[in-house]
Amino acid sequence: MGDSRMLSIKNLHVSVAGKHILQGIDLQIMPGEVHAIMGPNGSGKSTLAHVLAGREGYDITEGEITYEGQNLLLLAPEERAREGIFLAFQYPVEIPGVNNTYFLKAAVNALRKHRGEPELDAMDFMQLMKTRIKLVGMNEALLKRAVNQGFSGGEKKRNEILQMALLEPRLAILDETDSGLDIDALKAVAEGVNRLRSPERAIIVVTHYQRLLNYIVPDHVHVLAQGRVVKSGDRSLAEHLEEEGYGWIEKEAANA
Amino acid sequence: MTIAAAQLDHYRRELSALGAQLPGSGLTWVEKTRQGAFERFAQMGFPSARDENWKYTRVTPIEKRAFRSMPKSCIGLIPEDLERFFFAALPCHRLVFVNGQYTPQLSEPGALPGRATVCSLTKALADNPDRLEPYLARYADADANGFTALNTAFMGDGAVLYLPRDTVLEHPVHLLFVATTQEELFVNPRNLIVAEQGSEATVIESYVSLGGNGYFTNALTEVVVGDNAEVTHYKLQQEHLSAFHIATLQVQQRRNSRFTSHSISFGGSLVRNDINAVLDAEGAQCTLNGLYLGAGRQHVDYHTRIDHTKPLGTSREHYRGILSGRARGVFSGLTQVHAGAQKTDASQSNDNLLLSRDAEVDTKPQLEIYADDVKCSHGATVGQLDDDMIFYLRARGIEAQAARGLLTYGFAQDVIDRMHLAAVRTAVEEVLLGQLPDTDAIKGLVS
Repeated sequence: MGDSRMLSIKNLHVSVAGKHILQGIDLQIMPGEVHAIMGPNGSGKSTLAHVLAGREGYDITEGEITYEGQNLLLLAPEERAREGIFLAFQYPVEIPGVNNTYFLKAAVNALRKHRGEPELDAMDFMQLMKTRIKLVGMNEALLKRAVNQGFSGGEKKRNEILQMALLEPRLAILDETDSGLDIDALKAVAEGVNRLRSPERAIIVVTHYQRLLNYIVPDHVHVLAQGRVVKSGDRSLAEHLEEEGYGWIEKEAANA
Repeated sequence: MTIAAAQLDHYRRELSALGAQLPGSGLTWVEKTRQGAFERFAQMGFPSARDENWKYTRVTPIEKRAFRSMPKSCIGLIPEDLERFFFAALPCHRLVFVNGQYTPQLSEPGALPGRATVCSLTKALADNPDRLEPYLARYADADANGFTALNTAFMGDGAVLYLPRDTVLEHPVHLLFVATTQEELFVNPRNLIVAEQGSEATVIESYVSLGGNGYFTNALTEVVVGDNAEVTHYKLQQEHLSAFHIATLQVQQRRNSRFTSHSISFGGSLVRNDINAVLDAEGAQCTLNGLYLGAGRQHVDYHTRIDHTKPLGTSREHYRGILSGRARGVFSGLTQVHAGAQKTDASQSNDNLLLSRDAEVDTKPQLEIYADDVKCSHGATVGQLDDDMIFYLRARGIEAQAARGLLTYGFAQDVIDRMHLAAVRTAVEEVLLGQLPDTDAIKGLVS
């Protein structure tokens, strides 16, 4: 395979309920890279994250997404997950009555089965769990509860990173993982993410603020405004945004 | 009058044909009770939709059949035939009733501590009628509706559990009601549980079918919970999908008594449960939990009523329903706080999950409060599986069907988790996994 790109987004247009949210996104991501996607509220950052994960309710009106050589848009959300795509949710959903451990085991085994690996039994799974939960500094008591139910904001985000550590995705998308986190939780989450950085793995960090990027240092920064990538650069772009805000970007986008 | 003359004649003939074979025959007070109840049945007939309490539940399919009792059941069952309905990991005092008859060869009542007794209604009325007289048919109102009247007229074998003062049963009493395949069969199980002051017991009623063909169970259980006594009652109804099941649980609570009911309804084509608790002295605590499943064209109706008549009572009620296909659910929960029942603390909730467009539920939580210093709340919800939850699970590699199965199971789990007996929880979970839509895909995950 001559194409070494992990993810290639070309001219992506997306509408939700008739509203044009993404208006021609182009993005190329190589294995091992960390890309930050920044932008003001309503710029389409979260829409992009959800479209990559396969959420229903978005109309792809134009463009294409290729992931490891295949047309990503043809895959159901669970197929994408099994192919190595992971979305860390901005608002992890509480699932009453579904035990967190059962859920995590189901997810791990769904992926293992897909890869042709033997499924883990309860013992092996707990073994794996013990090593991973240390990585993210999550309280083990939370494993016995229903998924995310009654978790604090920080605990929910740690549970997301725990899932990421268990599922070992090739492409991880962190959707505003920093929102609602205090500095300690933010550092713990960032540390969990950094330990997963590897030459085979790519990470997309969607964030409004530069804060998280102090801890997860990106290779590339893209700024979204009005559904388009209006500027790309290295990490200094993020620092610049931190000082200047998004006003100048939005003006440039409007004039373009 | 809502009963056809031919129907009434049919039941009158049935009753006189059974005559001496019914429990307590020859006892004047029992025969008077039966006669009086039959006259009430003759006057009332079966409930009609004009009756507010039966507005959503038409009993025409029961009304138009001519059900028959089977006084002499010829049953070749052995305990192994029923093993799947026992709780393997849980020792129980077990009484088995087949087609309305107590069946000693399938039962293992075992020994109860002290002077506590458990036996069939027939035996209890033969051995010690005086002990029963103050209780039997004193709490359940034969006038409540045609079905309670009919049960009282036909009172057949169920169990009588009597717990003298301060007796604590270590093991639960398991009452297993089995119907075999006879068509138009009509059974009227009558149970009485009397827990004297300071006693404690758990009773499990199971209603099951071996095959089954449109038979009719019309059950009634009376429970008297004495001062400081505690009774936990489980009911698992998993009858054939063609069966009719009507039942009343009537509870009378004395001072500082505690009563808990877990009522699970899985089977039956037309199911109605009335659960009535009267907190008739200070400091009584009552908990009513329930779960009903309806699929296909099943109709399942729960009517609960909690009467707080004295101060300092507490009641907690938590019911959930899962309906798919063209099933219909009904929940009506009335909590009434009578004048003078100050410091009552009552809460009630009913949540329903509709899994198909054609499934329906009518839910009616009601609080009636005639005291001014009380804490009461109630709420009801009707909803579908949450798209955000489904997407979350799918985004972790779990396929859509398994995601729906997990969520449905999780919804039911909320009720199951409230049951203290692990063996009963496991049994219920197994039935759930066999019966809920989309749970095939999750069997390996949750058990």
